[in-house]
Amino acid sequence: MLLNAVKNIIGSDAPATPMLFRLLGLAALLGLGGCSGNWGWYVVNPATETGRRNLSFLIDGLYFTIGLSVTAILISICLGLMVALPGLSRRRSSKAINRVYVELVRAIPILVLILWVYYGLPQVASLSISVFWAGVLALAISDSAFQAEIFRAGIQSIDRGQYEAAHSVSLNYRDTMRYVILPQAIKRILPALGNQLVYMLKMSSLVSVIGMQELTRRANELVVTEYRPLEIYTVLVLEYLVVILIVSAGVRWLERRLETS
Amino acid sequence: MSAPTQKPFIQISNVSKYFAAFQALDNVSLDITLGQKLVICGPSGSGKSTLIRCINRLEQHEAGEIRIDGTLVDDSPSGREALRNNVGMVFQQFNLFPHLTILENLMLGPVRARKLPDAEARELAMNYLERVKIPEQLDKYPGQLSGGQQQRVAIARALCMAPKIMLFDEPTSALDPEMIAEVLDVIEELADSGMTMICVTHEMGFARQVADMMLFMDHGRIVEMAPPKTFFTAPESDRCKLFLSQILRH
Repeated sequence: MLLNAVKNIIGSDAPATPMLFRLLGLAALLGLGGCSGNWGWYVVNPATETGRRNLSFLIDGLYFTIGLSVTAILISICLGLMVALPGLSRRRSSKAINRVYVELVRAIPILVLILWVYYGLPQVASLSISVFWAGVLALAISDSAFQAEIFRAGIQSIDRGQYEAAHSVSLNYRDTMRYVILPQAIKRILPALGNQLVYMLKMSSLVSVIGMQELTRRANELVVTEYRPLEIYTVLVLEYLVVILIVSAGVRWLERRLETS
Repeated sequence: MSAPTQKPFIQISNVSKYFAAFQALDNVSLDITLGQKLVICGPSGSGKSTLIRCINRLEQHEAGEIRIDGTLVDDSPSGREALRNNVGMVFQQFNLFPHLTILENLMLGPVRARKLPDAEARELAMNYLERVKIPEQLDKYPGQLSGGQQQRVAIARALCMAPKIMLFDEPTSALDPEMIAEVLDVIEELADSGMTMICVTHEMGFARQVADMMLFMDHGRIVEMAPPKTFFTAPESDRCKLFLSQILRH
């Protein structure tokens, strides 16, 4: 019976059925197959009191997920730029600083870094660090290595003539970077920065392991009390999907705006 | 030379420059006095661009020294100040800042490097835009202008730094033929106003009009140096004769 249903959806002769709907149909079918037709959507049914409470519990995690990701990416952009600049220097020692930082940080898995910052750092530095800032710090450091490489490539793509023109009107290094090179480089790396933000939003789910009340943590907690993993995690997937689609659209809008200016 | 009584403004003494194993400048010495208009020509790779780029410190020479108004040109604060106060440069590829409007292109140096107040820098910029005959384009971006207009903006940008000497590195080589005249006109007017200039170019008609000294370079050396009259009618070296016959043929 199941096979027939699959056949019906995939092999439908009606050429008008768009591919996307067929795929969605297939996905829904596979999902349903796993629960033997016994869905428990009541846990997140907005028509009931409990459903509403559960839903708002899940969705409230958005504040933390977004707050965490945005704070972390702002810090990682600054860090990345600070690491990228010595990498562009002609001096060997400056270049070495850049290489060592990038190679080292890139080699640490994010989850490991989160655990190390939250449980390890307080012992090393004898300071207590909140879950939020531990998460921000770990995500920012981890991402900064990638930001550094993005910035380096972006800055290197700017024509030598721009530096020469800046030199010819006597701009110093700082002003050359600030007014001439970086504005052009950032325009070019914007798509890559958008990618990093999407990546960051997804990686922020890992901060759930140290108890951060963001989207994933809340979903986990609700699953423990409601025993409805399929429905709750489906909501979780949709939450990330919606946020990330909005971010993507925002980045594309920004790109178009910069394109015309 | 042309004005032996005057103290040279730029002194180039025994300058050599290498790009890896290739010697771009071979022990070049040259004095330029204020008001002088020097045109440099020569085959590609002869070191003419490298010479003026060394004056501006866009290239660093390995041997010899360059002085501007007595100050040694190097990476020291005094060397940089001598460049800022005295030398403007115009490039073959214009090198305008594409993300800034024409007005912003002109104001950036005066505001950031010369520390002029905005209003004064704006007035200065408008003044020079008028002089290069494109006052109406100030709010456009470089990409919206023709090549000739862009190069005139680049000239105005250099002038906004109030230089005593202007360096032109093949200013018309990247232009469509019909735009060369408008740029050369502006440079010619600048020369008439008394600006000291060194111009690398192959526009020999222009050179004849403007230059008070012609310079022919080959293999990193100054092969011939003479006022245009002698230079074009009776060049001494065979290398220069051959070069002139080749570029003046058509």
